[in-house]
Amino acid sequence: MVLDERAERIIGILSDSFFPILKAGLYFTVPLTLITFTLGLILAFFTAIARISGIKPLVAIAKFYVWIFRGTPLLVQLFILFYGLPSVGITLDPFPAAVLGFTLNKGAYSSEIIRAAILSTPKGQWEAAYSIGMTRAQAMRRIILPQAIRVSVPPLGNSFISLVKDTSLAATITVTEMFQKGQQVAAATYEPLWLYIEVAFIYLMFSTVLSYAQSMLERRFDRSVAK
Amino acid sequence: MIKLENLYKSFGDIDVLKGINLEVEKGKTAVVIGPSGSGKTTLLRCLNLLEIPNQGSITIGEKELQFQSGTKLKPNQMTSFRQQTGMVFQSYNLFPHLTVVENIMEGQVVVLKRSKAEAKKRSLDLLAKVGLSDRADMYPHQLSGGQQQRVGIARAMAMDPKVLLFDEPTSALDPELVGEVLKVMKDLAEEGMTMVVVTHEMEFARDVADQVIFMDQGIIAEKGTPEEIFTLSTNPRTQQFLNKVAR
Ligand SMILES: Nc1ncnc2c1ncn2[C@@H]1O[C@H](COP(=O)(O)OP(=O)(O)OP(=O)(O)O)[C@@H](O)[C@H]1O
Ligand SMILES: [Mg+2]
Repeated sequence: MVLDERAERIIGILSDSFFPILKAGLYFTVPLTLITFTLGLILAFFTAIARISGIKPLVAIAKFYVWIFRGTPLLVQLFILFYGLPSVGITLDPFPAAVLGFTLNKGAYSSEIIRAAILSTPKGQWEAAYSIGMTRAQAMRRIILPQAIRVSVPPLGNSFISLVKDTSLAATITVTEMFQKGQQVAAATYEPLWLYIEVAFIYLMFSTVLSYAQSMLERRFDRSVAK
Repeated sequence: MIKLENLYKSFGDIDVLKGINLEVEKGKTAVVIGPSGSGKTTLLRCLNLLEIPNQGSITIGEKELQFQSGTKLKPNQMTSFRQQTGMVFQSYNLFPHLTVVENIMEGQVVVLKRSKAEAKKRSLDLLAKVGLSDRADMYPHQLSGGQQQRVGIARAMAMDPKVLLFDEPTSALDPELVGEVLKVMKDLAEEGMTMVVVTHEMEFARDVADQVIFMDQGIIAEKGTPEEIFTLSTNPRTQQFLNKVAR
């Protein structure tokens, strides 16, 4: 009888909290993921171009940026932005701080993916482009990048899915995304095991949908890739 | 049409071209033969500035370039010089993300600023010429090697170059596909295209060349008409090479 009561209580808590947590996901986790992934991609693109531009100061800046943001933990970066910067007079709200932190971090990682994809394009492609009179910039834009983008779709897709999960770190700087919401309910109900399993399940739903979208995208890009 | 004077090229310590002098007249075909590593590819690549010579001069059409060690060419100087030549690569190097017709249009639209319609018309004409009209909308990987190489030739032709350069255009092909590519090249030669062809196809050289150039260890060891090289030559290096190829 005691067991039944307990089970009933848990089921009650889980079903009461499911939609609030899901809502936190839709209101914070999903926008945070989409915004930072897009901004991070733009940043990554320019960083990759800077890295291979051959223009010394640009190369140096790009290298330095990647070095810093790949070499330090994301959690520490978020803390510096949110808890550290106020002491020099820069105060960011939690959500913008999270966007900034994730963007800078993702930008650094993704720039390496894009750079590798550009470098993996066979030398013969550059030469063929030059041989029909293209400039370096034209060859890059018309011949190399379209191929590099196709090559980088799978690894970027993977990093997108890991970003969905990484956004749970935003809870540490008080963004009420899914994980934070789950924590609140867990603390109030003293049912951490079931609550966190529920949170994990919702993350799993999100990443499953995204994996599916990723494989559709890959199939579309797969049509005409260089061997 | 082409004139090379005292051309030198080295990679680090290795001297690859050691004073090349060569002239090819308008409308003529020069076939370059010689053992592996003798510098044939390097010579062609110098002609369209994929490699920058260390010394000497290259004249193509009205444009002359002088080289000294440390010569830095301006990008627009390079592209305008390059536009005079078309290059056909051993490994085709078609653009895999573009269809056959787009491959041929690309340079016309991007470099020559032709309208899409005009570029497309020209591309389809060229495809008809190389016998691939029915393949216009396929992607390169859907074609055989011989077909890809014919697209490569059409792509180079589309830019209306003064000179076509071929670097072993058939040596990546299965034997039964070699003929179709050589046929296209022979037609071009007969139409009066100026061509420099590096090849191991001795029959083609004998048949089509106005001038055969035998390269050995970075120099032109001997040059002359096909008859002078293949039949009358007394140069021991030439004979040794020809025997090896005839094998
Ligand atoms: N980028 C490079 N860096 C260093 N050495 C090079 C480079 N390109 C060519 N070489 C060297 O230059 C020499 C001539 O090469 P090249 O490719 O011109 O010969 P080839 O006559 O075309 O030979 P093959 O018949 O094998 O194609 C070779 O010894 C080669 O190793
Ligand atoms: Mg070669």
